[in-house]
Amino acid sequence: MTDNNSYTSSGNEGMEYRLWNFIDGSVKIDEKTVIEKLLQTDASWKAKYNELLQVNDLLKSSELEAPSMRFSKNVMEEISKLHIAPATKNYINNKIIWGIGFFFIALLIGLLVYGFGQMEWTSGSESSISKNINKIDFSKFFNNSFVNAFMMINVILGLFLLDNYLNIKRKAFRKEA
Amino acid sequence: MSTGLNDNEIISEVLNGNQQAYAVLVNRYQNYVFTLCLRIVQGREDAEEVAQDVFIKAYKYLADFRGAAKFTTWLYTIVNNTCISFLRKKKLDIHSLDNEKVFEVADSQDSGMRANLVEQKSRISMVNEAIGLLNPADAEIITLFYKAEQSLEETAQVLGIEVNAAKVRLHRARTRLKEKMETHFIEEVRNL
Repeated sequence: MTDNNSYTSSGNEGMEYRLWNFIDGSVKIDEKTVIEKLLQTDASWKAKYNELLQVNDLLKSSELEAPSMRFSKNVMEEISKLHIAPATKNYINNKIIWGIGFFFIALLIGLLVYGFGQMEWTSGSESSISKNINKIDFSKFFNNSFVNAFMMINVILGLFLLDNYLNIKRKAFRKEA
Repeated sequence: MSTGLNDNEIISEVLNGNQQAYAVLVNRYQNYVFTLCLRIVQGREDAEEVAQDVFIKAYKYLADFRGAAKFTTWLYTIVNNTCISFLRKKKLDIHSLDNEKVFEVADSQDSGMRANLVEQKSRISMVNEAIGLLNPADAEIITLFYKAEQSLEETAQVLGIEVNAAKVRLHRARTRLKEKMETHFIEEVRNL
């Protein structure tokens, strides 16, 4: 079976699954050739194929239901009170998203640079990287409450400014609409 | 007015301020949306309420339709989400959409009544009846694929699943439908 990546079954059910895919036209060329051959040579495959084809035709012939006569009018009455909301992509600027990304990446790089700056590269003769990492005195910068507070304020300010900017954009767009 | 236009052209008109052009889209797709809602929420009144909600939501967020997919695929995604929200509000167990037991209970409740009606049914209404006996998830995928003119890829997109998963779900739904027809519409199936 070439087209059963998500469905494994044996016997009759496996045959039905392959035949349905064949009927839907969602089989690969090699599988199609195999099934066409089976339909010519195997009576049970042929019988099952005809049976499924009938179900398929019936399904295609089923009718759509219709809502009440006033449906369309009701919808139009409701939407007459509404305004189309501005497209999300227009008030969420991709540059802002990228800006936030770069802000956090810069923050991370800054921390790493600071951390590596604190390392004493000349002390000790061990060459293992893991041992060098252990030598980083994280407490020096993580316990520094001034640096932590400064970063936190920066982050909050950044988010606040972003929120402000998006609000202004959205309001402007609504006015336009 | 805008009847000769395609969906994207009508949407452009609506976005440019011609609100009445939206009526063309409503008229064009109301039966599709209503049928789909009816298959999922199973009740004409509820289905009509949900279908109306779908068109209102679609209008409200029309500017978000980018035209990357077909308008109907986008619209049916709203149908799917709105129906799920509706069922949640009604405190129905959403997970039961795939639950065999619920399917069997619904089956046993309906079978007596339906057996008496069998003889009067035409082939087409038999199929509609049989689809009505399925659980909402099965009925939805069959309706999307056969009646809503969605390909397997688009059906998967509407349901938010992988194409292969949609393929398997569709296969299972068809198998169950076939069983339903063989159980409840023996005469019709024999006469086919």
